[in-house]
Amino acid sequence: MRSHLAEAQQAASTDLTTALEVHDMTVAYRRKPVLWDIDLTVPEGQLVGIVGPNGAGKSTLIKAILGLVPLASGKVEIYGKPYRAQRRIVGYVPQRETVDWDFPVTAIDVVQMGTYGRLGWFRRPGHREREFARQCLDQVELADFADRQIRQLSGGQQQRVFLARALAQDAKVYFMDEPFAGVDAATEAAILRMLQNLRSAGKTVFVVHHDLQTTEEYFDWVILLNMRLLACGPMESTFTTQNLQRTYGGRLTILDQAAEAVRRRSPE
Amino acid sequence: MMILAVNNLLDPDTLPMVLRIMVMAVLVNLSCALVGSFLVLRRMSLMGDALSHAVLPGLVVAFLFSGSLSIVPMFIGAVLAGVATTFLTQTLHHYGRLSTDAAMGVVFTSLFALGVVLLKLFGSRVHLDAACVYEGSLIMVLDTIRVGGLELPRQILVALPVLLVNVLVVAVLWKELKITTFDSALATAIGISAPVMHYTLMTLVALTAVASFQVVGSILVVAMLIIPPAAAQLCVERLGRMVLLSCLIGALVGVLGTLIAVRYDLSPPGTMAVLAGSIYALAAIFSPTGGLAARAWFNYQTSARIVREDILAMLYRVEEYDRSRKIARADAIEAVGGGFTARHALRTLVRRGGVTRDEGGLMLTDSGRAQAAQLVRTHRLWEAYLVDELGLPVDHVHEPAHRVEHFLDEEIREQLAERLPEGAEDPHGREIPE
Repeated sequence: MRSHLAEAQQAASTDLTTALEVHDMTVAYRRKPVLWDIDLTVPEGQLVGIVGPNGAGKSTLIKAILGLVPLASGKVEIYGKPYRAQRRIVGYVPQRETVDWDFPVTAIDVVQMGTYGRLGWFRRPGHREREFARQCLDQVELADFADRQIRQLSGGQQQRVFLARALAQDAKVYFMDEPFAGVDAATEAAILRMLQNLRSAGKTVFVVHHDLQTTEEYFDWVILLNMRLLACGPMESTFTTQNLQRTYGGRLTILDQAAEAVRRRSPE
Repeated sequence: MMILAVNNLLDPDTLPMVLRIMVMAVLVNLSCALVGSFLVLRRMSLMGDALSHAVLPGLVVAFLFSGSLSIVPMFIGAVLAGVATTFLTQTLHHYGRLSTDAAMGVVFTSLFALGVVLLKLFGSRVHLDAACVYEGSLIMVLDTIRVGGLELPRQILVALPVLLVNVLVVAVLWKELKITTFDSALATAIGISAPVMHYTLMTLVALTAVASFQVVGSILVVAMLIIPPAAAQLCVERLGRMVLLSCLIGALVGVLGTLIAVRYDLSPPGTMAVLAGSIYALAAIFSPTGGLAARAWFNYQTSARIVREDILAMLYRVEEYDRSRKIARADAIEAVGGGFTARHALRTLVRRGGVTRDEGGLMLTDSGRAQAAQLVRTHRLWEAYLVDELGLPVDHVHEPAHRVEHFLDEEIREQLAERLPEGAEDPHGREIPE
């Protein structure tokens, strides 16, 4: 009874459904904290830019949410449940450099991998998955390149293959790690169109972004990060000169020193 | 070495033995090629080497307990050794502050040495010969069993089940192996655990090493694990085809290696490794996709095309300067660098109808002139672009334009043209042809 009441109260207090909630999350690499006490809540249907200087922990934030790096403390909820229970509704686009583009697969093969999560262990992709992958490739305007080995694609085309694979995941929440890095102008426009289509379909998309010039134009919501959370909120009220100065105005030396002290002195 | 040279391979006395060696070699090589493909793609070739050594203590212990060469204890021993190697390597890497390769080096040499010590201590009890552990010994095929009417090498009881296990696991977990090998982060994020597949593959490698090492020896297992897949990767661009081709190469090496070794009294494992290396060299040279020969041919064709285009553009400029003037064949060849390439390029142009010649010299045909106009157009558009947009001085732009004119396509050319007003000239004041 009580929990029902609490849920009802919570639902009434927020008019927008929460897509992602990160609660008091700390992440450490080899005992050295790289993200401190992150608390954030993002409603659904937003294009969210994750912005901060090099080494701010932007990719780490995504990986921690997806359970790819362990949390030192805290918890992550996607639509109110832990990530493990929500895998099917989460899509991921890693940085392009993380895979070997000499790998003997074609563009359509890579896109089809997006359906593997739905299939689960042992089940093989069939005609339906092939067809769906083809449609996704078509959406990023690469239908003609389906049977090319991925090395033969340009950098921009490779990035679009990755995005088509994310479409094939058919998720509700997407996490994309620097999809705009090193792509040509045509691809940048195509990616932006795709992001806007996803938003129109009610999806929430988190994008690690490095270009401050375009952040305001591309996204509705922004997360400013530099080892700790500086701000998280709607673009107009959050993307302010003052917040940017706090994010980029040098690292907090105390935080660096504390991280180093934790690394040195904590037990194995 | 231990097998006498067989002069007549079809000699009915020795044929069954030769066939038994061949069967063992093929079975083992198929297993190696199958799991080795994934090792190569995961850039973990060294792990194959490590595991093929590290399984030795597991094996000796398995022999000690069972007292015989049978699949179940061997399987258990290999799996334990394989998992121990992987686990110890990761642990040393994490807690011992060692880089992964150093950790691997520490673990596999120590385990191998432990195996050698165990072998010395209990070797007499387990019927394992130290030399054959290092080098392999196909003479083991003299130890046979009868199945139905067939006399088979006893080792087949290990090699065949291991091959079947490999085929089964790779077939059933094909999609999982593929995605964890290509993109382990995405795989783990969508619930196909990369660590689980890593341990699965390591178990298969350990198993394969066990099945192989008595046949090809622990030192050469790694050759069979790595070389056929590496050669296959040079030749094809699909995972399925790569795995099939490496199996094919492995089988071929098994058959040919056996025949050559038996005929000339060589060590079969050594012969197989040399053969595999030779096949790799052939693949590196003749692979249609990126082989040395293909690249050399592409380079030759490109430079021949550039010389042909230079001739066309030169004739166009001569015509532009003085319509009645003709240039002599020898002068034209000299102007584009001379030599065989230039002479051949001119002959090709004449044959394809871009250029005609008479006593007075060379002339462009209509089609040659149209092609030349596009080259000169690209050249001058690029010069204009360099001066306007990059601010280069006028005397610096001819050389770069001369290089680039051979590589820009229609689309870029028209983009360059769009930024100039109608009837614009190049920086030297010459007309830009349509």
